[in-house]
Amino acid sequence: MGKYLAMIRMRFLMMLAYRTDYYTGILIYSINIGAYYFLWNAIYGEKSSIEGLSGMQMTTYVAVAWMARAFYFNNIDREIATEIKDGKVAIEMIRPYNYLGMKTMQGLGEGIFRFFFFSIPGMLLVAFIFPIELPHEPSTWGMFGISLLFSFIINTQINLLTGITTFFLYNNAGLIRAKRVIIDLFSGLLLPISFYPVWAQEVMKYLPFQGISYVPSMIFTNGYSSGEIGMALLQQLIWCIILIMPIQLLWIVAKKQLIIQGG
Amino acid sequence: MFYVSMFFQYVSQYMKTRLQYRADFFMEILSDLLNQVVNLVFILVVFGHTKFLSGWSREEIIFIYGFFLIPFALFSAFFNIWDFNDRYIVKGEMDRILTRPIHSLFQVILERIELEALFGVVTGLIIIFYSGISLDLQLAWYDPILFIIFAMGGALAYAAIFVAIASIGFWSDAKTSIMPMMYNIGNYGRYPVDIYNKVIRFVLTWVLPFAFVGVYPASYFLRKEEWYAYAFATPVIGVAFFVISVFIWNQGVKRYRGAGN
Repeated sequence: MGKYLAMIRMRFLMMLAYRTDYYTGILIYSINIGAYYFLWNAIYGEKSSIEGLSGMQMTTYVAVAWMARAFYFNNIDREIATEIKDGKVAIEMIRPYNYLGMKTMQGLGEGIFRFFFFSIPGMLLVAFIFPIELPHEPSTWGMFGISLLFSFIINTQINLLTGITTFFLYNNAGLIRAKRVIIDLFSGLLLPISFYPVWAQEVMKYLPFQGISYVPSMIFTNGYSSGEIGMALLQQLIWCIILIMPIQLLWIVAKKQLIIQGG
Repeated sequence: MFYVSMFFQYVSQYMKTRLQYRADFFMEILSDLLNQVVNLVFILVVFGHTKFLSGWSREEIIFIYGFFLIPFALFSAFFNIWDFNDRYIVKGEMDRILTRPIHSLFQVILERIELEALFGVVTGLIIIFYSGISLDLQLAWYDPILFIIFAMGGALAYAAIFVAIASIGFWSDAKTSIMPMMYNIGNYGRYPVDIYNKVIRFVLTWVLPFAFVGVYPASYFLRKEEWYAYAFATPVIGVAFFVISVFIWNQGVKRYRGAGN
């Protein structure tokens, strides 16, 4: 346990060292939120609500979706790919820890850093510029927190899966990019899932992606009834458990056919 | 002439290295395609809930997006310099570039070429034809010529912004992340600028001329006469901004002192 905590701490400190990245990061996210704010304003026009979300809720949704992304988003898929290509993964594998577990902890360290130094100040900044409604109920904040943790787990699991495919594809920069685009669309980051046509919503119900962005953002904007919150959290939990299986399976197969390219 | 032959030599080298990782080459095109599909889905879903966006119809917005893809593809294929600072200044690659008898910017561009991005021209054209037909747009004989001029003007405007930002690296060698930020601001230019407030509109027109990559030139083909003046300014803005950015680059090169050693 101690060594994993050390991993979190080390990544946290590493993030502290790259401060310019961090300032520009907040700016990038604010600009993104700004662009969507104006776009949604134009889309709403005279309408007071679309699919049960008011204009104000929509702005809040966009803001919290991007700020939550700062927490769950990480590049461990790219890191795993690089370590496999450089052959470093062979050394990592003989070390006394679980490689995938360690990568997850590094992602968590990054997430915790961004949550405290990025999401929270970013959210304050954005709330200052744009009309945003923060939830009043402490229980909503609590549910949001739990849901956000599940978001991190699901997203990280998908990153691990994408990273492991490097063993089979050797160079998968394209796949990693494609995965990122799919998550942006299907997770509800760009558009709330309820805005999609019904048939598309049906399909997305059977995919893990909406657990990444849609669920926490809907909880935060009070877009869910309390019954719906319970169901959504349960669904997130189920995906967290299901996704363990393909990861373990691929990992076992990958270790068997490990080819070190150079190094 | 020397520059042209140089260009083709780099391109053929590039093709050889790229085709080594063939699967990745196609994945790259596929992920670009996917990105374009995502943006289209966004527009389609949004227009499932509204008829007009500040007076612009769904097909018009799609047309603007299709147009945007073409200068953007040209830009991404030939000005893939978003990691210039990291790769050339911090790691000292610029020293190598400067010992050679070709203009430094031209060399950097050639080394970072990414031809698979040109596939975006094809998707852009398909989208334009589709929305153009459903909007029943009429073509004059000179429209294709204007189209090419506008697309190149847009690409130059886009390139100018990135060359200017890359040049900052000559003055400050600290790692900066302004580049990815610019990619996001570039997205503003894909939608009709009249949805934004005045400040953003001014910035997108005269400071970071992203509006000249999408909405302004496209509005000519959409026969939006109130925007014609901006549409016809596209090549002028493109060339003017590009000349300025090359000037900034040259000034930067003069200042450049090399990394270490």
